[in-house]
Amino acid sequence: MPDVKVRFEIDMNKYPQKLQHIVDDLAFFTDQNDRISILIDYAEKFKEVPEEIAKRPFPDDNKVDFCESEAYVWVVQNNEGKIKLYFAVENPQGISAKALAAIFSEGLDGETKENMLKVSTDVVFEIFGQQLSMGKNLGLTGILQLVQRQVKKLD
Amino acid sequence: MNDISSRGYVKQEVLVSTDWVDNNLKNENIRIVESNEDPLLYPSGHIPGAVQIDWTTDLNDQLIRDYLQKGGFEKLLRKNGIGKDTTVIFYGDKNNWWACYAFWVFQLFGFTNARVMDGGRLKWEKEGRVLTKDVPTYKESDYIAPERDDGTVRAFRDEVLNHVKAGLPLVDVRSPQEFSGERLHMPEYPNEGALRGGHIPGALNVPWATAINPEDGTFKNAEELKDIYENKQHLQSKDDIIAYCRIGERSSHTWFVLTYLLGYKNVKNYDGSWTEWGNLVGVPIEK
Repeated sequence: MPDVKVRFEIDMNKYPQKLQHIVDDLAFFTDQNDRISILIDYAEKFKEVPEEIAKRPFPDDNKVDFCESEAYVWVVQNNEGKIKLYFAVENPQGISAKALAAIFSEGLDGETKENMLKVSTDVVFEIFGQQLSMGKNLGLTGILQLVQRQVKKLD
Repeated sequence: MNDISSRGYVKQEVLVSTDWVDNNLKNENIRIVESNEDPLLYPSGHIPGAVQIDWTTDLNDQLIRDYLQKGGFEKLLRKNGIGKDTTVIFYGDKNNWWACYAFWVFQLFGFTNARVMDGGRLKWEKEGRVLTKDVPTYKESDYIAPERDDGTVRAFRDEVLNHVKAGLPLVDVRSPQEFSGERLHMPEYPNEGALRGGHIPGALNVPWATAINPEDGTFKNAEELKDIYENKQHLQSKDDIIAYCRIGERSSHTWFVLTYLLGYKNVKNYDGSWTEWGNLVGVPIEK
């Protein structure tokens, strides 16, 4: 019989604190429609990368593979080693990509390199629910994977 | 060349314009159906009166990798108030990619009373037309579906293998990177759901979206489409053609273009596509 208490504690610390808080809030809504309206709210809060970080045409190195929403990712580290994430979503109908970008912007803002790299792609399912299609899953997990590839390149 | 009737399509009646849809929002004989890749789009706003049919939850069997059978399809249409005389107008995101996919699944049940709204969601939005979050409900219909016909527009792996052996044309509508297989084995990149990268031997590579005008999501005219498929790829309207992609969704778009806009008679969609072929024991691939 596994130790339920220990498992619970591990799950509680699965993601950096602010991201965990968002995931927990979403998990509270068992009705998929409620979850969807919260995700749409996040998408509406999405802010595009400012011009001082990147201007169009955005470089291919910042483009997420297999993301039909044409999402782009930038990671910037400050002197204290804290990371800030920036995103662009070129497909105006890429609402899920915008929602995920807004959640990462809020939930991973100011995290360290180590914490960023610990985030499992499971988070995409925890945010969107298990009904994600394979294609959608590839594109959305691709956003996190590109964040992590770029974080690894930081000194 | 914006008017659908001036574009030279063989079966132009399969398309309706955004204007036509806007003028028919109160028409009780039509049902507007939105089908998207992104599950958040319909709830964020849709054409007034439109229902949503989602490929993952509505069109697929939940336990078998297959589409609905007769009973499930009947239930789906009844629930959405679609009767045998209702004209179904499909539209959606991604240049009507999923709209064409839903349209194709409807053809497995011989539901020919179906149209696609040219330009899809993109054009409707760009034209500043009304979107609503109100989800409509309709009186249940008494629709009776025929048995599913898998022989006319759907191809299975054995047929594809025979097609390859016979040297008949296949159209791989994925991106050049997917076609060449170059991305599949790169570390830290998403896996496409297949063990091997590459394509079915002999396949032509014509990415599905080449059939679209990117600025408004409308279909290119017949002359431009012929240039893509006939002048450049040497396909002919009498050819037996199988289209495929990763799971058969993007290729349903190309199936639609070839079958209706160019009037090809023998085009099938291989929905097993690369996720089946790229994992299948004993079949050849090409890189």
